Amino acid sequence: MAKMNMIQALNSAHDNLLAKDPSVIIYGEDVGYFGGVFRVTHGLQEKYGKQRVFDAPISEGGIVSTAIGMGVNGLRPVVEIQFADYIYPAYDQIVSELAKLRYRSNGMFTAPVTIRSPCGGGIRGGQTHSQSPEACFTHVPGLKVVMPSNPYDAKGLLVASIECDDPVIFLEPKRLYNGPFDGNPHQSAVSWGTHPKGEVPEDYYSLELGKAEVIRAGADVTIVTYGTMVHVVEAAVKKAGIDAEIIDIRTLVPLDIDTIAASVNKTGRCVVVNEATRTGSFAAEIMSQVQEECFWRLEAPIQRVSGWDTPYPHAMEWDYFPGQDRILEAINKTLDVK
Amino acid sequence: MSHSAENKLHVPDAMFRPGDKPDFSHLDVGTAGAVKRPAVDTNPAEMRDLAYSLIRVMDDNGEAKGEWRPKIDADELRKGLRIMLLTRKYDERMFRMQRQAKMSFYLKCTGEEAVAVAATMALDDKDMLFPTYRQQGAFLTRGADLFSEMMCQVMNNELDPMQGKQLPIKYSSAEKGFFSISGPLTTHYPQAVGWAMASAYKGEDHIALAWTGDGSTAEGDFHYALQFAATYRAPCILNIVNNQWAISSPQTIAGGENTTFAARGIGYGLPALRVDGNDFLAVYAATQWAAERARAGLGATVIELYTYRVEGHSTSDDPTGYRPKDEPLHWPLGDPIERLKDHLISIGEWTQEQHEELATELETYVTECWRKVDAMGNINDPEMAHTHTAALFEQVYKEMPPHLRKQRQMLGV
Repeated sequence: MAKMNMIQALNSAHDNLLAKDPSVIIYGEDVGYFGGVFRVTHGLQEKYGKQRVFDAPISEGGIVSTAIGMGVNGLRPVVEIQFADYIYPAYDQIVSELAKLRYRSNGMFTAPVTIRSPCGGGIRGGQTHSQSPEACFTHVPGLKVVMPSNPYDAKGLLVASIECDDPVIFLEPKRLYNGPFDGNPHQSAVSWGTHPKGEVPEDYYSLELGKAEVIRAGADVTIVTYGTMVHVVEAAVKKAGIDAEIIDIRTLVPLDIDTIAASVNKTGRCVVVNEATRTGSFAAEIMSQVQEECFWRLEAPIQRVSGWDTPYPHAMEWDYFPGQDRILEAINKTLDVK
Repeated sequence: MSHSAENKLHVPDAMFRPGDKPDFSHLDVGTAGAVKRPAVDTNPAEMRDLAYSLIRVMDDNGEAKGEWRPKIDADELRKGLRIMLLTRKYDERMFRMQRQAKMSFYLKCTGEEAVAVAATMALDDKDMLFPTYRQQGAFLTRGADLFSEMMCQVMNNELDPMQGKQLPIKYSSAEKGFFSISGPLTTHYPQAVGWAMASAYKGEDHIALAWTGDGSTAEGDFHYALQFAATYRAPCILNIVNNQWAISSPQTIAGGENTTFAARGIGYGLPALRVDGNDFLAVYAATQWAAERARAGLGATVIELYTYRVEGHSTSDDPTGYRPKDEPLHWPLGDPIERLKDHLISIGEWTQEQHEELATELETYVTECWRKVDAMGNINDPEMAHTHTAALFEQVYKEMPPHLRKQRQMLGV
């Protein structure tokens, strides 16, 4: 099996589907000739031609809206928004149009569009290259929202997203493109080549959307997380020697609440970790559902660790970013309740 | 702030407001038959004048003149006349019924029937229409059933094809190539371009046609559409229905006093035509020209259809609050139905008696449909509000995810 980083795994997903299905078409800013600023579509135009992989004008609204029309006319467009921070000009088209088309036409018109976009911080990107906008989309009926944490899942989930007949917002934590990240800003990226999830089949496979994964079994506390924070949580738990169960939710909508609830009912304690702005973040939704499902089994208040309610800063990035220390503090707070 | 600085902010106004005497004599509407018709493969740079003139075919006596006179037989013209008249009868009936509180909302297209009917008739059935809420005539042209597909939708009753999920008048038909009507304006415009791009990608000859209003050319989506249409040479027709009013804001608020709306196509290198929207033959001819161009692989055309919104914006609007009551009577380009009728009479293919018979027949038909619909109840009946409860959670996703199944159980359906 090949060793791949997340960029290569995503590239491989595109490659498999371009080969398999002529209705798959890819476009976005710089994705054609150059292969994308993060190189996710590298080599695909050369292999499949300009008709299938091409550059788009700098117009996020235009990219998403035309993709809707293509989807209505029988294609499966995969579009890249170069940074999730720049998705807002397309927001109306995503929220008012893409998400609701099936419902408003009572199933007569549908648009199976996949919108890929690099998100998240930890890359010295400042406020306009570091945001985590997933909650904007989880609040919208009609969308599915996916965020992988490793190359193997990234490929399988992207294949499933493109093949899904519903629109999917596929957010890629760019801090993980080249390797796992333990939250320590002074440590250079670790290669995915040394990580079991860096082993990625070159051939077609897909993973079901809406399934969380228990990536570490434990008895004392359940930690629910996704994206970059999966690795920061793992490192923190390992360092402190805590017997925590860690769940990577992978798909935010539909949320696999059953897997989460089963774990919390077992451990009696829950910490939710994400990097998005704290108020109204998807962590709040997870906490709310855990409370609904597990209230009588909880032994301590549910804790959350998120970014602060400020714009994402540049120089103070590591004060903003939820690192291992903040995660351990929250875990200890919940464990301290006897 | 000094007074002079304040005066530098120019806020355009309407030509006439309540209390003014409407007079459109300053408008240069040109002469029927005067504008040249270039070959469809002409370089857009060589026909920029077409964005500033007005293509008219019928003169004041109903006679067809000039190079734009389309080849269309009398049967087709009678069909167009019939659909325009049916559209008007339908609008009148539904408006009255809304006033009797039988449904929540309605919106008429009086005076603008030709921009929908003639344009649709100039296309093939497999071409895709991306309408606004004022192209009910296009849906009728595509053969929509007035009773089941339109009135039942407007009433949200048990036969409503949208199962109560949409506002009245927001029709959809995949089968008839009539795209679902949205609420935010012009969002469908770049979607039509995407549809056309897919058609080109698949190597098909089908084209997309979208309508938008003069006011909504100010939306970003309008510009996305022109940008992508120009870049990828999308086989589509982008119509701007300049009916002079965006609710109470005149077309000048969208920049209409600086240039024509057709001229917006010029900046994108697209061919741009400005057409008398109340002239059935001119709308038909311009659409046919643009369709031929698109099918030949030459890309998109922008068409401004110059017309007038005779009625209020919707049943929620009172136009006497912002324009003279008699302004519609002074509009210089007449009524599209009357003009096509006069043309058919002038060529000996129609008579005033036939016209009156047709009007009576259509009136009777609309009334019969209405009686059937009315017997099925309306949204104010307590039980009708729950007609489609079982469908509430359906069609959000292709398959209902667990959280929606759970919510459906919570509602007890």
